[in-house]
Amino acid sequence: MEITKNNFIFLYQETAALTKRLFIQLKRRPSTFFAGILQPIIWLFLFGALFANAPKDFLPGVDSYGNFLGAGLIVFTAFSGALNSGLPLMFDREFGFLNRLLVAPLASRLSIVLSSFFYITILSFVQSLAIMFISFLLGYGFPNFYGLGIVFATLILLVLFVTSISLCLAFVLPGHIELIALIFVVNLPLLFASTALAPISFMPSWLGWIASFNPLTFAIEPIRIAYSANFNLDLIAFNAPYGDLTCRNCISLLFLLTILSLVIIRPLLNKKLT
Amino acid sequence: MNQIQIKNLSKNYLDVKALKKININIAEGSLFGILGPNGAGKTTLLRTLATLISPDEGTIKINNIDVIKEPRKIRELIGYVAQEIALDKILTGRELLDFQADLYHIDQSNKLERIELLINQLDMQNWIDRKCGTYSGGMKRRIDLAAGLLHLPKVLILDEPTVGLDIESRNIIWGLLHDLKKDGMTIILSSHYLDEIDKLADTVVIINDGKIIDQGNPTQLKSKFGGDRIILKVREFSDSLESEKVKKILEKIDGISQIVINASQGYSLNFIADRDKDLITKLKVELAFSKFKIFSLSQSQPSLDDVYLQATGKTLQDAEIYMTGKRDLKKESKQSMR
Repeated sequence: MEITKNNFIFLYQETAALTKRLFIQLKRRPSTFFAGILQPIIWLFLFGALFANAPKDFLPGVDSYGNFLGAGLIVFTAFSGALNSGLPLMFDREFGFLNRLLVAPLASRLSIVLSSFFYITILSFVQSLAIMFISFLLGYGFPNFYGLGIVFATLILLVLFVTSISLCLAFVLPGHIELIALIFVVNLPLLFASTALAPISFMPSWLGWIASFNPLTFAIEPIRIAYSANFNLDLIAFNAPYGDLTCRNCISLLFLLTILSLVIIRPLLNKKLT
Repeated sequence: MNQIQIKNLSKNYLDVKALKKININIAEGSLFGILGPNGAGKTTLLRTLATLISPDEGTIKINNIDVIKEPRKIRELIGYVAQEIALDKILTGRELLDFQADLYHIDQSNKLERIELLINQLDMQNWIDRKCGTYSGGMKRRIDLAAGLLHLPKVLILDEPTVGLDIESRNIIWGLLHDLKKDGMTIILSSHYLDEIDKLADTVVIINDGKIIDQGNPTQLKSKFGGDRIILKVREFSDSLESEKVKKILEKIDGISQIVINASQGYSLNFIADRDKDLITKLKVELAFSKFKIFSLSQSQPSLDDVYLQATGKTLQDAEIYMTGKRDLKKESKQSMR
């Protein structure tokens, strides 16, 4: 694409239109949005109650299980939203609406991807803020300004990483049934194989290894540390079997994974969208 | 002047040859009809023109711009209204048009003006602010057509725009197409409705099994027959042997030509008869002499269906039924997904 002022304005116009469409859909069918907030809150109550008497020594850096769980649920909410981001695109493919976009003289078909990313990011931020606020009301604390910045930066990386994979799947898989099936298979196991619900020290060795390579862990641990008052990027985020990882390490790994996923899916998106 | 030039266009879907070396020229400002049964290759041809699929072979140029090499420039020139109406059920009609206008980069002031104009032209005022999911087939088609026209395309591509529509919607669409043509827009219209093509098209191409079987002005195509279309039956349900015997008798009569046996209609004999007032009498005498009675005999002006029948040995309706049984719509739907 030749980058001209007009092209840039056109890219903005079409991305804004595509994003607006997703928000109109959300406004008129808000059930998944509220479910996305409600589910982690229920988990917060139930898991918080279930492990309320867990020995505090097992929970590094926090004084209650509710404190420990909050970061995992924020990441889980953003992760689930991003994982589902391919569904609207899949429906557009199935119902032929994508053709309407493809016959339009879009400045760049990247706008189709960008709009999904903006939508899911904003959605995740709102849902995460709601969870953080309710956690705060339950006495589980709230990150300071710097910590909040780290929470959102981490969520952006995670959302971008997972959204790009989900959009890729939306083009590769034959229909929405297959996409939903895959989401079902991936969603909870990835959560359980991370440090969302329990620290690595709590896990059997084999699961600890898996959790240490799980991208969700790389997002959860910096957010967990971001809740502490003396947060800085060089604090040890978790003790992986292969060595200690700082918050900076975790965010860098997440950043690398995101870049890698974008590089990998780019040829496929180019093929499908040109 | 030819605005659209299609040369040696071929497209295969795995083992199916959807288009076989198609050559078409379309004049600027004309309404060009594509007639053929379902599965003939009409949609593949139009999707190729609309830059949705790439051909395996051949070239297409619109305003001398290569469709394959410069698809974005082509997309600015064309408006495409697909056969399957894809609307977002959650959006209102007005929101959908607003969305579409942004995809075509229409500026804010022109956008509102164009939307209002099209709402009036297509008589959509009463329901434009309802959600698209509540629309009838005719309403959906009208909003889809409005979306295709928002950016004032130079070429409008319509894939079976009136299929399954009520008379009111069909008349509104026909009226609009008539006006657009008068304003100089080039319109490509595919249909399997003979009357639609006959009434609207300046030029028509008849496609069967991915090949062009005839093309020209509808009046010229029909006048090639040079006489009246006669459908003759010697029994309600005849057979191959009997109809062949009758055919031999007819072949000997001067003024009768282009005899086709239509097996799917009880082995009726379809032929062209010169406009000679004594010819039918002669025919009756010859048949009586060979001990054949006439069960039915109808005489009419030739239609585009006769052009199709002459080339394929089937009427368009029979071809439609035949192709419906042959097609795998699920597979085709998967193929059309990007």
